[in-house]
This record gives sequence, structure tokens and C-alpha cells, in this order.
Amino acid sequence: MAKGLNKFARSQLVVPLFALFLLVVFNLIRDIEFFSISIITNNDGNTVLSGNIISIINGASELAILAIGMTLVTASSRGQDISVGAVAAIAGSIFVSVLRGNQITIPIILIAFLASCFVAVMFGVFNGTLVAAFKVQPMIATLIMLSAGRSIAYWINGGATPTVSSPLLVNIGGFIPGIPIPTPIIIMILFGVLIWLLLRFTNLGLYTQVVGINEKSARLNGINAALIKLLSFMILGVCVAISGCINVCRIGLINHETLLLDIEMDAILAVAIGGNSLGGGKFNLSGSVIGAFIIQALTVTLYAMKIPSTAVKAYKAIVIIAIVVISSPIVKEYALQLRNKLFKKPAKIMENCENNGELTI
Amino acid sequence: MINNRGLLTGILGKKHRDPISNTSFLLRITICTFIGMYILAMLIWGGGFLNPQQFLDLFNNNAFLIVIACGLTVVMIAGGIDISGGGVTALVTMVCIVYLDDHSGSVIGSLCIALGIGITFGLVQGILISYLDIQPFIITLAGMFFAKGMITIVSAVPRTAAQEAFVTLKQFRFEIPGIGYYGKTGNFIPAKIELGVIVAIAVVLVVAVILKWTRFGRNLYAVGGNKQSALMLGINVRRTKFYSYLLAGLLSGIAGYLYLLHTGAGDAANATAAEIQAIASAIIGGTLLTGGVGSVLGTLFGVLILKTMTSIVVTSGLREPYWQSITTGLMLCFFILLQSVVLALREKGSLKLSLPEWIKFRRKKSGTDSTP
Repeated sequence: MAKGLNKFARSQLVVPLFALFLLVVFNLIRDIEFFSISIITNNDGNTVLSGNIISIINGASELAILAIGMTLVTASSRGQDISVGAVAAIAGSIFVSVLRGNQITIPIILIAFLASCFVAVMFGVFNGTLVAAFKVQPMIATLIMLSAGRSIAYWINGGATPTVSSPLLVNIGGFIPGIPIPTPIIIMILFGVLIWLLLRFTNLGLYTQVVGINEKSARLNGINAALIKLLSFMILGVCVAISGCINVCRIGLINHETLLLDIEMDAILAVAIGGNSLGGGKFNLSGSVIGAFIIQALTVTLYAMKIPSTAVKAYKAIVIIAIVVISSPIVKEYALQLRNKLFKKPAKIMENCENNGELTI
Repeated sequence: MINNRGLLTGILGKKHRDPISNTSFLLRITICTFIGMYILAMLIWGGGFLNPQQFLDLFNNNAFLIVIACGLTVVMIAGGIDISGGGVTALVTMVCIVYLDDHSGSVIGSLCIALGIGITFGLVQGILISYLDIQPFIITLAGMFFAKGMITIVSAVPRTAAQEAFVTLKQFRFEIPGIGYYGKTGNFIPAKIELGVIVAIAVVLVVAVILKWTRFGRNLYAVGGNKQSALMLGINVRRTKFYSYLLAGLLSGIAGYLYLLHTGAGDAANATAAEIQAIASAIIGGTLLTGGVGSVLGTLFGVLILKTMTSIVVTSGLREPYWQSITTGLMLCFFILLQSVVLALREKGSLKLSLPEWIKFRRKKSGTDSTP
């Protein structure tokens, strides 16, 4: 038990979980009702769960899905994709343009989703090729799509912000009749399980880490490093398409300028807050998902404190800096030394012994 | 011996030079692209491009971007990244305006505030990044968020400067003698540049001198090229990185003041996406994000290329706003691929990228040549 606890204390999840815990405690002190969940009947007559905690998880679902893909890209290519928001706008535009050309039924929605998936994966292949074959830094390679992506979406939409409305889309963006949990949460969980299964039963996860830690030795061991990098960008493409489509269903229209704006920054932050190194290598998907929840919980908390939406960024920045400072290795080491000094007398004696030993030599 | 060399070499009076390196090859491509692009624009579209004022407006409108991009180049050479430039610029404009108008501050005071904000950002980011080993992307991203959030806390509505001394300074223009254009009524209007342009050019020169001829500048290249061997050579890696962020922060402060001098308005939407444009300019100018390679002169031309491209797109009739960003993307793609190819060839070492012999103005060294 003590050993397990010790192991947990060293795991990368400690700081993010502690931060989440602090946020919860802070909210409970501020408002005891903050986390109460109630069952209400919404406008469509469905019985649904409602409450801040549901809206946090619901709002974080796109971010969590993107954070999963971003973690894989970060781990394999040692860099981040900063074009996810822009590509999501393109994917959303494709989704909407397919839907608007047809009567909206379930197969058409599936076809539209697959089309947007295909396009997003193609952009993933474009970014991935630049990174894997041309050895361009990921952040620079994706800078191209970041600057051009939203304009391409504008071009697809013909400069307008077309709307789509159908009860089926409302079901995807909101609630399915009879199920009290918001559909985006269900999609997020399904996707998370799918990726977990993929990593659990194939070598992809291991290979991704190996490529990220040392590409040269991975190649010498017969791993196709370029292919692994390309695959991670393709998976991110799927994530981007899913989150773009969810967001379109949620708001019922496609606005190329505001759809998932600045989400790339939040996704990278989620990866970093989750304790993953942005320098690639080992990764932990659950950390990134927790990171996404922290960001969303922070945003909701700040809104609940009546802070204007434009000023939220400043407070968010302070909390983020605090989290990364606490989880930085140097601060951790310093804290460990401090703890040893304060609580562990034997360590001090050992130190003295060593000093004595040096003296005798 | 000198008499063995070509006539032109004798005239140039230079000692034997190595073939240009691949990295200065990148710089030359950038400069040639800009000159070629501008001449082409002058030949095809004429009109505005023949007007010297339009050329100078490239500088007038983008003086702040040049300064931000210089700071970013310094950081990128040391192997880091700083994306807080745009946010700090916008924050400086707002704080200075509130100080000037609401607190009836002086121009000198507002300048000190601008520099102070820049240095503070550089200081905090530098300490966190270099002494606590936190990833620069996250810290400067948080810096950008903080700056953008603070703007609306300082003032929720956009402001315009009204203080007299500042407005006179803002409207001050240098007239360039001898260059100008004829207005519609046939009168000669001399070309003008703003105060900010002179500051921006001075910044470029100072940073270029620092990079080329000071110990700190050479250390930056060493740290960015290979941190481990820089440490082995006895370079204080942490301090070098710290100073690079400090310099970038200071330059962001200056850029903020230049932006204010140009527009005279404080707005949260100021300098939007300036960091992305600055990164793009630095890349076009031949600076590598991996560090160790780059020059501010290239960055200056990077900014000019980026902005000339925009005006070419507008002039050629593609007025829809999306064409600008699509062409920017295409241009970035071209330069990134070019860099990648150059780097790959350099890594192989098999192919020396240098100008062909007949361009070089120098006869091939003969075997009997003996250098003293």
C-alpha cells in the first residue's frame, strides 16, 4: 500500500489531479451548490441531467478529443500541431456543405461525417508528410495550415455562415431522447475507449514512444519512424473532424472565423498540464484528458465568478503558469530536498556520514 | 599571391573567401526573392508600385512587426520561441494611452512604461524558461494570454490618443529629399517616413551588430546550435537564454510604442496574429526554429516579402480577404520546403550549395597560389 502510494506520488498525474482537486475545493468554498446535479426537463421535453459539472464535462469534450490526438502527435514528432482549429473549420464546412445538399437523414449525416473525416485526414497527411518526410519542425509545418485553413473554410462556405437545422443534429449536439447524458460526452467516452483499445492491443503506443524518445535507434530497430509520425497526424485528423462536427451540431451553424477558435492553444496546454513532455517521448493519455477538464473547469469557474469573458484569459494564464512551475522538474527536486530537510532526519545523518567519509579520505 | 587572382578580386581587395555557406545561401535567396518580386510587381502592375511612397509605406505600416520579428529571431537563434510579442504590443498601446489621457502623463513617461512592460515580460518569461527549464512555448503562450486578458482589464473599450504632445510626435514625418511623386494636381509631394521607421531600422542594425560582433551574440548561435557543446565550451547556457528572452521582451515593448505612434489607438484587437506573422517572417528570412541559424537582415526582408505579397494579391484583383492568407500559406510552404531541402543536403555533406563559378567574380585558384 505504502509502495503504491509512493509510486503514485511520483507519477505525472499528481500535479494535474491536485490542481483539479484544488479547483473543486475552491468552488465548494465559494458556492456550496456549485457541483449539485439536478434532473430537469429541457425545451424538447427530454429528461436530462443539468448542473455545472455536466456542463464542464460536456464543454470539454471537443477539447479532450483533440488533446488525445495532440498527445500522440507530440509524443511521436516532438512538436505540436497548431493548425487543429483551422482544419476543424474546414472539416466543419465540408460537413455542413454535404448536409445542405441533401435531405438530412442518419445515413447522410454519416456520409457527411466520413467526408469531413477524409478531408481532415488528408490535411493531416499533408502536415505529416512535411514533418515525416521533409523533416520540418511540426510547429512550422502546421503554421502553413494555420494561416491558410480558415480562409479555405471561408472559400468552401462562399463567404457566408450557413446554418443547418435538423432534430437529428440537435440530438448529436445536445441530448438523444431517453438518455440523460449529453451526446458529446458519450462520443468522447466512446472515442477514448477506441483509442485506448487501439493502443492496448497494437504496438502503436509503444512505437510512438520509441520514435519520440530516440528516432535513430527506433529506425535501427526496424521501426518505420516516418510512418509512425504520419499515422499520429492522421489520427489527429480524425480527432479534428470529430470535434469539428460536434461543434457544428452544437451550435447549428458553421462560422469559419469563430469555430473552435484558439482551441490549438488549449489543446497543447491540456497536453502540458497533463504532465506530458512537449519534447516528445513518453505520454499518458489520461493526463491530457484531465488537463482538458482542468482548462474547462477553470473557464467555467471564472465565468461563474462573473469575470468578463475577455479578461478570463489573464486569470487562466496565471493558473497555467502556476501549474507548470509546480510540475517543473527543478521545482520538484527543490521541494523534495526541502521535504527531506524538514521531515527525514535519517537523510541528514546520512549526509553527515558522507561528509565525514569525504573528510577521512 | 595577389597577382595570381583575378582582376576583380584585386579591385575588391578582399582576401581569399570561403564559398558561401548554405545558411547565407538562404539569406541571399530571400533578398533576391524580394527584389525580384518587387521589380516584377513594378513591371506588371506599375501604378502604385512605382510610387516611392508605397515602398516606404511598407516600412511605415510594419515598423512594429519588424521590431517584434527581430526579437523573435534572437530567441529563435538561441533555440527557443516567443509568441507573446503580439500580446505585449497590444497591452503596451492600451496602457500607454490610458496613462497619457487619464493620468495626463508625459511622453517620456509613457515611453518608460512601454519599455518597463516589455522588460517585465521578458524578465519573468526568461527566468521561468531558462532557470526553471519550462517549455518556452507554454510560458510565452501564457504570457500572450495574460497580456491579452490584461488589456480589457485596463480598459474595456478601445481608446484613441488625444494628448497634445503625443499627437504632435505621432504626426511627425521625415521628408526624404529628392524622392517623391506627383499628386493629382501635378504638385510634387515628397515621400515621407515616420519616426517609427528610423527606430525600427536602428533596432535591426543594433541587433545585427550584437549578433555578429559581441560575445553574447556569438554565444546565442552556439547555444542554439548545440546546447551540450556550448556548455562544454564554458558558455553560460542559462544566462544566454535568459538574456535572449529579456531582449525579445524589451523589443516587444518598443514595438508596442511604435504601434501606438503609427495608429494612435489602444484596442484589444491591435497586433492580432502579429506573432504568427513574425514567425513566418523569420522563417522566410532563413532562421531555423531548431536554432543556431539565422540573421535579422533576413528577418527584415522576410517581413517585406510577406507584406509585398499581400499588396500584390490585393493589386492583382483578388480582393477577397481569404486570398491573402492562402497566398501567405503557399509562400510559407515554398520557403519551408526550400529550407528543408537545403538542410537535408547540408546534412549529407555531399553537395555544396554555392553559386556557380562564373557568377563568383573570382578566378579559380590555381595550384601555384600560395597564401601567406
